[in-house]
Amino acid sequence: MRVQGKWAFLQRGLRATAQRALLGLATLFVVSLIIFLAVSLLPGDTAEALLGHDATPEALAALRQQLLLDAPVQVRYLHWIAGVLHGNLGTSLSSGRQIADLLSQRLPNTLFLASLAAALAVPLSLWLGIVSALHRNRLADRLISGVALVSTSFPEFFVAYLLIMVFALKLAWFPPLSIIQPDTGLLDRTYQTLLPAVTLTLATAAHMIRMTRASIVSLLSSPYIEMARLKGLPARRVILRHALPNALGPIANIVALNLAYLVVGVVVVETVFSYPGLGQLFIDSVAKRDIPVVQAVCLIFASTYILLNLTADVIAAVTNPRVLHPR
Amino acid sequence: MLLVLSRAARRSKHTRHIPRSAAIGLAVIALYLALALFAPLIAPYHEMAIVARPYEPPSLRFWLGTDTLGRDMLSRIIFGARNTLGIALLTTLLSFLLGGGAGLLAATAGRWIDQALSRAADVLIALPKLIFALMILAMLGTSVTTLITTIAVLDSPRVFRLSRALAVNVSAMDFVDVARLRGESAFWIVRKEVLPNILTPLLGEFGVRFVFVFSFMAALGFLGLGLQPPTADWGSMVKENATLVSFGNVIAIVPAAAIAILALAVNTVLDWAMNLSAGLTDETGMS
Repeated sequence: MRVQGKWAFLQRGLRATAQRALLGLATLFVVSLIIFLAVSLLPGDTAEALLGHDATPEALAALRQQLLLDAPVQVRYLHWIAGVLHGNLGTSLSSGRQIADLLSQRLPNTLFLASLAAALAVPLSLWLGIVSALHRNRLADRLISGVALVSTSFPEFFVAYLLIMVFALKLAWFPPLSIIQPDTGLLDRTYQTLLPAVTLTLATAAHMIRMTRASIVSLLSSPYIEMARLKGLPARRVILRHALPNALGPIANIVALNLAYLVVGVVVVETVFSYPGLGQLFIDSVAKRDIPVVQAVCLIFASTYILLNLTADVIAAVTNPRVLHPR
Repeated sequence: MLLVLSRAARRSKHTRHIPRSAAIGLAVIALYLALALFAPLIAPYHEMAIVARPYEPPSLRFWLGTDTLGRDMLSRIIFGARNTLGIALLTTLLSFLLGGGAGLLAATAGRWIDQALSRAADVLIALPKLIFALMILAMLGTSVTTLITTIAVLDSPRVFRLSRALAVNVSAMDFVDVARLRGESAFWIVRKEVLPNILTPLLGEFGVRFVFVFSFMAALGFLGLGLQPPTADWGSMVKENATLVSFGNVIAIVPAAAIAILALAVNTVLDWAMNLSAGLTDETGMS
């Protein structure tokens, strides 16, 4: 160890990161293949399945041209993925618009919703997780874990409708549906997005609270914490200054995992509030069988999800002393 | 420190009797099972029968009123128990058959098969399930068989990982070596030596997977790609009656509440069961 110098751990961290990045790239490739090949699951002739039986021969021929349906499958895949990488995602079958345009309208809205939810959920659950670790097995802890159990069990649409019934219809504090135009200002946008964001917060906070609590509680039983306690330090200082820094790695990992979950969770929540984001576009396109749009949105969701999970994985690896300092 | 430990030890002795929350959970599960099994006997009307005008308010004849088509809400909730729970149960069973079978195969059938199956599971587990289920169902249509198979395949890698890990541990044991040297076939070893030793943790996992599949199906139904109408399914009933919510009609979210209460009941029981056999994972709600 000493001979290798102080950069050895950096090297190991880089190697662990590179390994996982490579695995992530491979997964992305396989996922893009699955999404691409999913079109061939359509029964019968693809062009006819996409356009319906009453499509004119000209329209069918045009679609065959657009999707290169007569070319061999590997050519079609390369063409498609090259288009995707250049931001050319093709045109929507139902509206005839460029898919890239549709996405550039919707994606910022979804990112806004997800960020607002994360901004609420992450500090809240870290705080509640630390509080329950501080008061473990006492009233506050039981209360928090009870609420967490309830909110993980309840489906998002149930929570969403409850919030609508209480805060939009009974109290009329918030609008029941999120009406957001491209020119809506930041303040109004936040106001319109608050109920959906709170729904997502409730859906993700429970897991983060539990895991934060678990990682701090498991640290509290380690000898150096007992030492700090025997020195007579107050419990608050032991947790915040001694335990928390060492729990940051696992906690960052949990946060990244939950952000990945958040990205997928928007689908249901956006549908309830008819929030004009990617999730709603996805569900609309699924209902209309607008397959090119479904594929494009699926690809975005899947790559975000995979990249966030990858980030979680890398954080877990590089903050793990056993990876960085092997015996 | 010692005080904490001894207190914890004393507490764990008391876990033999069932805590109140878990008892309530078990009672709720029993109630749902009874509704599901005896739905035709309990429900006042048939699930698809149009019995009155739409949007009838709750009355003595229709305890929960009627839905957007004039069908009895209570009857549809009761039949919904049978349909929704039945589908979720079948899917979880298939997921265990696929994942568990592949896991046992990977643990016992040699390195190449293990590698191939494990890498396939890595990819499947990396997918966002809801998004892929929606895409695949958009392509294949939503017949009951397609629905069950799609969800079971997407859910099976978690079962695979657990059963493989458990089976690898057991097959490193001496008694498995003895059986191998005795010349028993691989199938015999799996059935008689491995399976009985990994059954208990797998049963716990079955509960976890069931809640997940059940909530997942509910979300699919709500998004319009679950069990299709006119079959009564709680998820799609929420979707059908969503317009009622904006009129402040509480009845509209009764099917959603039915889902929520069952998920809570099962999670409460699981929470207690997992505390009993500590060492199992802490993942009840996620993924």
